[in-house]
Amino acid sequence: MSPRDDILARIRRATGRAEDAPAPTPTYAAKPLIPARGRGTPAELIARFIEMAEEGSATISRVKSTDDVPEAIAFYLARENLPSEAVIAPSAEMTALPWERTALTLRQGAATDDDLVSISPAYAGISETGSLMVRSGRTTPYTLNFLPDTHIAVLEASDIVGAYEDAWTKLRPDNEAGAALPRTVTLITGPSRSSDIERTVTIGVHGPRRLHIVLVEDENGEAA
Amino acid sequence: MVAHLDSLKFADNAARARADASLQAALAKLQRDTRLARPGIISRLPEFEALRDRAVEIKDHTLAYLDHYLEAFEANLADAGGEMHWCRDADEARATILDICRTAGAKTIAKGKSMVSEEIALNDHLIANGFDVVETDLGEYILQLREETPSHLVMPAIHLKKEQVAQTFRDFHTDLPADRLLEEPAAMTEEARHKLREKFLAADVGITGANMLVAETGSIVVVTNEGNGDLTQTLPRVHIAIATIEKVVPRIEDALTILRILARSATGQEITCYTTTATGPRRAGDPDGPEEFHLVLLDNGRTGLLDDACRDVLRCIRCGACQSACPVYGAAGGHAYGGVYSGPIGAVLGPALAGLDKAWPLPEASSFCGNCQAVCPMRIPLPSLMRRWREAAHDRHLNKARGRIAVGLWGWAARRPGLYRLGARIGIELLARLGGKRGRFRLLPFAGGWTAERDLPAPEGGTFIDLWKREQKPGS
Repeated sequence: MSPRDDILARIRRATGRAEDAPAPTPTYAAKPLIPARGRGTPAELIARFIEMAEEGSATISRVKSTDDVPEAIAFYLARENLPSEAVIAPSAEMTALPWERTALTLRQGAATDDDLVSISPAYAGISETGSLMVRSGRTTPYTLNFLPDTHIAVLEASDIVGAYEDAWTKLRPDNEAGAALPRTVTLITGPSRSSDIERTVTIGVHGPRRLHIVLVEDENGEAA
Repeated sequence: MVAHLDSLKFADNAARARADASLQAALAKLQRDTRLARPGIISRLPEFEALRDRAVEIKDHTLAYLDHYLEAFEANLADAGGEMHWCRDADEARATILDICRTAGAKTIAKGKSMVSEEIALNDHLIANGFDVVETDLGEYILQLREETPSHLVMPAIHLKKEQVAQTFRDFHTDLPADRLLEEPAAMTEEARHKLREKFLAADVGITGANMLVAETGSIVVVTNEGNGDLTQTLPRVHIAIATIEKVVPRIEDALTILRILARSATGQEITCYTTTATGPRRAGDPDGPEEFHLVLLDNGRTGLLDDACRDVLRCIRCGACQSACPVYGAAGGHAYGGVYSGPIGAVLGPALAGLDKAWPLPEASSFCGNCQAVCPMRIPLPSLMRRWREAAHDRHLNKARGRIAVGLWGWAARRPGLYRLGARIGIELLARLGGKRGRFRLLPFAGGWTAERDLPAPEGGTFIDLWKREQKPGS
C-alpha cells in the first residue's frame, strides 16, 4: 500500500468514513465571525487602519492625489537620510506616476540584495490590524517586500477594507474564474522584527528595517 | 543537533534547571510578562472567546472529515503546479526531502522554523548527507550554532542570556573584527542579518514548516515576524514545505479565524508581521519565486490519535501559550522535558509520539492548576489528557512503586467512606496535636520535598466533612 493510501485508510478507519462518503459542509460557514472593529464607515476604517499600522511600527504619509506620491516619497527618503535610488514595481499604476518631479533614480523589476529602497503598490489595507495585503505577480515582484532595507508601499484609501475576509473577498474575483491565486498573498504589518534574544524587540532581522506607507486619499479624505 | 535530554529523567533535569540562576531569571521574566500582558491582550478583542469557540469548531470539523480535506488540498495544490508527498513516518519524510534536495543539485539549504523538522531530526540527516543547512529564524540560528534544541515553541532561545549569544557569535563569526561591540540584542541581530543574508542568496533549496494548509486552494500559510519564512520560500529555486496532517483547514476564512487567535496567544501581538498564503511554485511571468514547490505531508503518529482520547490535542496550533503560562515549565524550562515539545503540550504529545514508556514522567509533572487549559486558544483539555496518561502509566506499572502503592492505599480507603472519614478524623487529630503550639511542621516524613521549601500548617477545626455538616446546619 502506498503511504498515501495507507494514511487515508488509517484516517477513514479512525473517523469511520467510507471512501466514497459525500463531501462535508462546515455548519459554521454560514455564520461568519468578524470582529466589530473590522466594521465601520470608510472614514472610521481609514482612521483605524492608520492607528493600527502605526502601532505596528509602520510610518505613514498622507497625500491628496496619486500625483503627489513621488514627491511624498522623495520627501520621506530625504527626511530619513535614505538613498534616492529605488527599485520600483513594474506596474502601470507605479510607473505612470510623475516621477520626473523628483530627483529619484528608479529601476523597475524584482529586488536584489543591492537594492536599499523599494516602492510597490499595496493591493489592500486592512483596518482591523493595520495590515497591508500584497500579492506577487508579473508586475508586483515579491522580493520588493522583503529584500531592501526600506519598503515603501503605496495604498489607495479606497482600497482600505475592514477585515481580513473583506480583502480576500476583494481579491477573489480579481483572479479570473478558475485561475489560480497569485503565488503569494501576504499580510504585512510593520517592519521585520524579532524578540529572540532575551525577548528584546529588535527591528530589521531579515526583511525591511522600515515600512513606510503612502496613503492616497481623495479630497474628502474618504474612500471613493 | 544535540541529543535530547532523557524524558525519563525529568526530575533530575528539572533539579538541575532549578540550580541554574540565569535560566531561572529568564523563565521568571517570561512568566511575569505573560501574566501581566494577557488581560490587556485579550480585552482588546471582545470577540476573543467566540473566536476560540469557532476555532475549535473548525478544527473538530476538519478532523472528522480529514480524508476529504487532505484529498481536496492535494488536488488543488496539483492544479497550482505543486507536488504533494505523503509520508507515514520520519524515515519516509527524511528520505523524500533528501531525494528532492539531491535531484535539485542543492548544496546550501535555508530553513525556516519548523517543529515538524525537529520531530524528524531533519537537519542532522541533511547535514550527514553533505548539505550545508542553515536555520534562518534568529533564535533557531543561535541554537544551531550552539548545538542546542528549542526550549519554547515560539521563543526557541528563551533559555539564553544575551551574553551567551554574543559569545556564540564571537566563536563562530571569526571573520569579523574581534574587538567589535556586541553588547545589545540589536547589534547581534544586525550581525545575524548579514550572515544569514549571504546564506539566503546562496541557498538552492528553502525548507519551511506551515502553520496551516488550506484545502480549498491548496495553499500553505506561513507566519513569521522576521520575514525569514518569506525569504526562504522565495529566493531558492526549490521550496519544500513540511507539515503534519492535522494542519489542514477547509477554507481561507477558517485560516483567518485561527490567525486572529494565534499571534495573540503566542506573543501577544495582534498579528505577526508577515502572514503569507503561498500556493504552488512561481507563475508564468513571475519575476521571482521558486520554480518547484513540494509539500511533504507527514503522519508521524497523528492517525493513531484520531480515534483516541488524545484526539483533542490535534487541534494544537503550536502557539506556546500553555508553556508560557505553566508554573512547572516556568520552573523547569523546556529542555528538562527531554523531547521536541515541552510544557503541558509536551506532557501530552510526548507520550503520544515517543511512547508512554519513554515519556511517562512528563504528565506527572503537573500541579493540575489548569492555567494551560485556560489560556489554550484551541481549548485543549490538557490537564485531563495528562491525567489519562497518568492512569495509563499507573496501570502499566511504569511509574514508581512508592507512588502506585500510595495511590492504591488511598483508592482502597476512598471506596470505603465510613473508614475513610474515621481515618481522616484520626489523622487530623493526630497532626493537630503533633503540630503543637507552633501550629505548623517544618519537617514531615515522606514529604521532604514539600517541607524543604515551606512549612505545612497543622490542621485545625476537623475534617472537611465535619466543617461542611456544621455549615449546613440551619441557624449555625
